[in-house]
Amino acid sequence: MLHYLLKRLLSLAVSLVVASLVIFLALEVVPGDPAAYMLGINAQEDTLAALREELGLNGSVLERYLSWAGGLLQGDFGTSYTYRTPVAEMIGERLWISLPLALYALTLSTLIAFPAGIWAASKRGSPVDVTVMGVTQLGVAIPNFWFAMLMVLVFAINLRWFSAGGFVGWDAGFLLAMKSLTLPAIALALPQASILARVMRSSLLDTLSEDFIRTARAKGLSKRQALWRHALRNALIPVLTIIGLQFSFLLAGAIIIENVFFLPGLGRLVFQSISARDLIVVESVVMLLVFAVIVVNFLVDLAYAIVDPRLRGRR
Amino acid sequence: MRNLWLGGVLTAIFAGMAVLSFLWTPYDPTVLDIANKIKTPTLAHPLGTDHFGRDILSMIMVGARTSIAVALVAVGIGMGLGVPLGLTAAARKGGLLDELIMRGNDLVFAFPSLLIAIMITAVFGASAVNAIIAIGIFNIPVFARLTRSGALSLWTRDYVMAARVAGKGATRISIEHILPNVTNLLIVQGTIQFSLGILAEAGLSYVGLGAQPPTASWGRMLADSQTMISFAPHMALFPGLAILLTVLGLNLMGDGLRDLFDPKLRRARS
Repeated sequence: MLHYLLKRLLSLAVSLVVASLVIFLALEVVPGDPAAYMLGINAQEDTLAALREELGLNGSVLERYLSWAGGLLQGDFGTSYTYRTPVAEMIGERLWISLPLALYALTLSTLIAFPAGIWAASKRGSPVDVTVMGVTQLGVAIPNFWFAMLMVLVFAINLRWFSAGGFVGWDAGFLLAMKSLTLPAIALALPQASILARVMRSSLLDTLSEDFIRTARAKGLSKRQALWRHALRNALIPVLTIIGLQFSFLLAGAIIIENVFFLPGLGRLVFQSISARDLIVVESVVMLLVFAVIVVNFLVDLAYAIVDPRLRGRR
Repeated sequence: MRNLWLGGVLTAIFAGMAVLSFLWTPYDPTVLDIANKIKTPTLAHPLGTDHFGRDILSMIMVGARTSIAVALVAVGIGMGLGVPLGLTAAARKGGLLDELIMRGNDLVFAFPSLLIAIMITAVFGASAVNAIIAIGIFNIPVFARLTRSGALSLWTRDYVMAARVAGKGATRISIEHILPNVTNLLIVQGTIQFSLGILAEAGLSYVGLGAQPPTASWGRMLADSQTMISFAPHMALFPGLAILLTVLGLNLMGDGLRDLFDPKLRRARS
């Protein structure tokens, strides 16, 4: 186990370094000088030079990468070209919307998908199964931002149960804050719940047809007992993978959904930064999200190894 | 089989609309007609008009072109690069090249297509071409992994062994014996990536990272309709339905094709 853990940790470190290099180099090729952009066209040459020096734009590419990456490690993401505030602070504020939103959606998605998938699998071929499969087929195909707009139309504009957008802030109280994240979370969760329910169902059906389930049934367990005691745990591995993958998609998907509900999260920050050509902010947000994806996948791998010792030798 | 038919018909309808739009649309979707703005569906405008008086049906027809073109080329990029990579990795299983390709795949996998699009847009600005590149890059590891795993199971077959004994090299075996036998897998996955590509294109255009005006696009139609949804819901309804039905059609077709190619999978498909 220790050997496995070390190997995975090493590969995690390599992935993070390579990913940061890719992101840095991709955004390094951008034409244009941030200092000139910040000071405008009438800037004096010596002021420009001073600002370039201050922003650390004068070093070689390698020097700049090392100082950027070194800063990231210490939680220093640099200073925004447009707002002149530390990027870490800007991201920190926005993260308090995007992260809870993604977690909220992940919780909803799991809460919907597990019962639906298990129910469909245990009643295979029945009207319940057909309905679950039909609804999830629609759920996979629906663009979540469109579904979000329809929910705004029905629940915010017509029924007035929720506000059509904006975020009240965590200071307004936990429940009110969660309420303003509810429609966005449902919109984000729907397609993911559909995928997850389908994976749950098919994984459970696979497991239910295995020999050890037949043995359990032969020993006198009822179908229901065999499902809950033996099949479910074994069916969870592919489901875990999908949940791990979904977290990263939810975090990235939140960027689009935030747009529908005018939530001041990471997504809004990124789009504002793109139009303001505030590349250091774009760079940092992308790095943060990719970092999250890589780390979550690492944790999922680790979770497997704990759940299923057979997988430790693989890869 | 029912899935395949239903999916095929839905896909054909939208593909047909896209093709037809090159020859004919009910109205010119780029001409503004302010006198007829925000009209709900009538006989003259079966799906109504938007806030500039443009005919929504015509815009959806031309938008189908954008969606299908972007998603199709992105699948082409994914297959064109991913399949050779997967074949190479499988032929060199366990070797340095295999390891490099697979680690590279893992790395690209860590970048959701939206993030790739954000980076490309930050550098080069938004356009349909950049959306294609972003979705295409995202597709590469999908096809590489699928091809590799499909190919690996074929490399142990007797007929591959026979080809090796006959003196054929790894490249020739990959092209002559492995590739034809993973084609079914690729077609099914291609259909799924096609539908994901349509969703991704719509999402990117919706947030302004995809097709730019005056190119009609379903995602941008939705973005335009958003602020008017309380008094002109039809503007949001039809482009969304177009996306939903196209993606649904492709997914059903993918499921149907999978059943057709591999009846064993019919039992428990996800």
